[in-house]
Amino acid sequence: MSARQPLPNWVTIVLMPVLNVLLAFVIGGLAVAIIGENPLDAMWALFYGAFGTGMGWGFTLHYATNFIFTGLAVAIAFKAGMFNIGGEGQAYVAGLGAIMVALWLDQTHWTLVLLGSTLAAMMMGSLWAIIPAWLQAKRGSHIVITTIMFNFIASAFMSYMLAQVITAPGANAETRTINEQGRLPLMSDWFDAFQYSPLNITFFFGIAALIFTYVLIWRTKLGYKIRTLGANKEAARYAGISAVSVIIIAMAISGALAGLMAVNEAVGVQKRLVVGYVHGFGFVGIAVAFMGRSHPVGIALAALLFGALYQGGQELAFELPAVPSDLVVVIQALVILFTGAMGDMFRPLLERIFARRVKPSPEAPTTADTEA
Amino acid sequence: MVEHQTTSAQQPSKAAGSEFAIDLKKVSKAFGPVQANKNIDLAVKRNSIHGIVGENGAGKSTLMSILYGFYTADSGEIWVDGKLVKIKDSSHALELGIGMVHQHFMLVENFTVLENIILGAEGETLLASSMAKAREELGRLAKDYGLDVDPDALIEDLSVGQEQRVEILKALYRGADVLILDEPTGVLTPTEADQLFRILEQLREEGKTIILITHKLREIMAVTDTVSVMRRGEMVGTVATEDTSPEQLAEMMVGRRVLLRVDKTPAEPKDVVLEVNGLSVTDDIGVPRVKDVSFNVRAGEIVGIAGVAGNGQSELLRAISGMEAPLLGEVRINGELVRFDGDDSAAKVRQMGLAHVPEDRIKMGLVTDFEEWENSILGYHDSEAYGSGPFLSPKQSIAEAERRIEMFDIRPRNPRLKTANFSGGNQQKVVLAREMDRDLDVLIVGQPTRGVDIGAIEFIHKHIIELRDKGIAVLLVSVELDEIRALSDRVLVMFDGEIVTELTPDASERDFGLSMAGVDPKEGA
Repeated sequence: MSARQPLPNWVTIVLMPVLNVLLAFVIGGLAVAIIGENPLDAMWALFYGAFGTGMGWGFTLHYATNFIFTGLAVAIAFKAGMFNIGGEGQAYVAGLGAIMVALWLDQTHWTLVLLGSTLAAMMMGSLWAIIPAWLQAKRGSHIVITTIMFNFIASAFMSYMLAQVITAPGANAETRTINEQGRLPLMSDWFDAFQYSPLNITFFFGIAALIFTYVLIWRTKLGYKIRTLGANKEAARYAGISAVSVIIIAMAISGALAGLMAVNEAVGVQKRLVVGYVHGFGFVGIAVAFMGRSHPVGIALAALLFGALYQGGQELAFELPAVPSDLVVVIQALVILFTGAMGDMFRPLLERIFARRVKPSPEAPTTADTEA
Repeated sequence: MVEHQTTSAQQPSKAAGSEFAIDLKKVSKAFGPVQANKNIDLAVKRNSIHGIVGENGAGKSTLMSILYGFYTADSGEIWVDGKLVKIKDSSHALELGIGMVHQHFMLVENFTVLENIILGAEGETLLASSMAKAREELGRLAKDYGLDVDPDALIEDLSVGQEQRVEILKALYRGADVLILDEPTGVLTPTEADQLFRILEQLREEGKTIILITHKLREIMAVTDTVSVMRRGEMVGTVATEDTSPEQLAEMMVGRRVLLRVDKTPAEPKDVVLEVNGLSVTDDIGVPRVKDVSFNVRAGEIVGIAGVAGNGQSELLRAISGMEAPLLGEVRINGELVRFDGDDSAAKVRQMGLAHVPEDRIKMGLVTDFEEWENSILGYHDSEAYGSGPFLSPKQSIAEAERRIEMFDIRPRNPRLKTANFSGGNQQKVVLAREMDRDLDVLIVGQPTRGVDIGAIEFIHKHIIELRDKGIAVLLVSVELDEIRALSDRVLVMFDGEIVTELTPDASERDFGLSMAGVDPKEGA
């Protein structure tokens, strides 16, 4: 009924998310004030922890890399009209493939480990996404339900594998550690500024994934089909675009992207696979994709923000011991709440402000839906 | 230009003393940059049938929505029965005696007529007493206005014409004195439309005031006393129906002379291009929608399929275009059998030389979120012309979109504009340009001018005829009988999934009426 008023692009893309994040910090600051700490001190600790040092940057970018992978995974599925909740499970199962290959090749050279574990991670992530995709495409089983279920299956399956099958001798539910010559190089090997941070070569894969996604979505025929299916199923059918194949291909790519997180986190940093290594990165990827409006540039910025929240949050808990680490989670949750679920909260206000600036002209085309 | 007297403006609010049931003064409403209504004056005399015509996007529906309380006007006055009012919402409008019959009925399918009528006006906690009251009241209304409907019938068992009567009864039951009807004949057979007009005349006799919104000039001429014409959000003028003609009204609507008739030479049909043999199609839940339909379309002729909406035309189009696999039967293009395997058959059918202008451009023919150029390649996106290999080249696609924008006079001339921001007529031109501007053997067209303004209708009709003259086989499906008769060389009439008969486009109104109701006039007594 109430027609949405067109807002200038910079308002929707820049101003609205910034306002949302600011509001989240204001309310988060109030929570800090309630427990008797100075909100400004807390915010400074958070900011300094994330960006104040080379090591802070390194951690922030490392976390951001995880978010880029899981965020892009959600975005690509979303462009095809699907809500992939299964990034968590896809990344987890991908860890199995990545670590198996890494442990197999770790006597050779790290380049082989990188290549092999990347391919294996993408394949396993894809596999874990293709099954729900197939069920959706052929059987109509809702992808939200099936991907959630596949998260649970992944969790149980991986626990079993880690505890019973690929357990390191003497260890409890984890694999052995990758040999020295098979370990991926850290950025700090090349740039001293990053000090002891876990930022590794996979970061470049994150950048490549952003570019790849942009090209795929907006510069290829497959991307065109994905967008058509996501925007209008009937139009896709009319155009002769096979929903079955687009759903399966889009989910395969989505799962492969989520899987890349295994290379960054398990192979690159932990150098072994442990139970629950994904640690919620898959779920937060949903918020990253939403905040980034499923656009690679937006996702890059959102991933950076969440990476900073993760890193800064840990520093905050360290600097101000009175602030419980749960409060950091609260601030993260507020950001997700205000940018994701309530992302359009400021829209009516901004519409009123910016609608006046646009000069009404009778020559302008009327929207088709004003006339029933 | 505005010919009605606005003397009542000087009258102080003398209750119920006004000769006008509704009097709008300088009403304006803008949606963002779009001025939907601009200083509209509209005076509707009591006891009259007042028509409002205008092209799509002229602002008719917005104006009525303001009157019915859906929107609030930015400025201007609304006088109802000589009283200045501010209509807050639709229940307030009802209190003031203004009722609306929507284009799309708002009835609960598995409720009875009576239950639907008291819906929203149930009264007390227990239904029984208000049901009894309603039944009595309904009997009276039916008697007074000749609106006969069985109060205990389920809505799903009623015909469309009867459902519409229930909508009218609903409004009357709530005490409406002024009845707004928005495009009421869109879903009716010619006979049902005539019955509706008789009901409207009866209502006028009994003292009601009717506002009839339509784009069909024939209806305006047939039933209204006064007619107001809107164009681009402004009121062009109000005239007495007896003093005007369809040509004059069309000119007022468009702002220039319009050819209402289509010029065409007799067809010269050649070889059969499209063959449909024994086609049967069922819908999602297995209900048969198309039953054993067979026909041919030859190169260089336009075959029209007439019929009231919902008699299987949509399903027929879906099957021929490859969107839906038929249950039985076959479709051949240039003698080649169409294979329905996989959910991308539409692409294969296109490669066989069939172009499809779908009946619903918003739901099917376009992705409204896309920029214009992206819609300009929909269905043909895999072509090398739009980028080599797996890549899509916006540059090449935009260049072609620009050429088509020029050729089909699509406005605004901007291929980077979001398709939703084009008017209905221009959106339709985007679809037509895409489907017509290529090598094709068969064109199937559904509702080519639905929601399209008169100026564009003329243009679209001309293009369809041009294609025919180039030797293309055209299958035209439309619920607008006038359009079918103006364009077709042969007409097949569809009813309940079957082809009732074949008529010539100049067959009598009676023959069309009968066959659209399922009776073959050739077999009739």
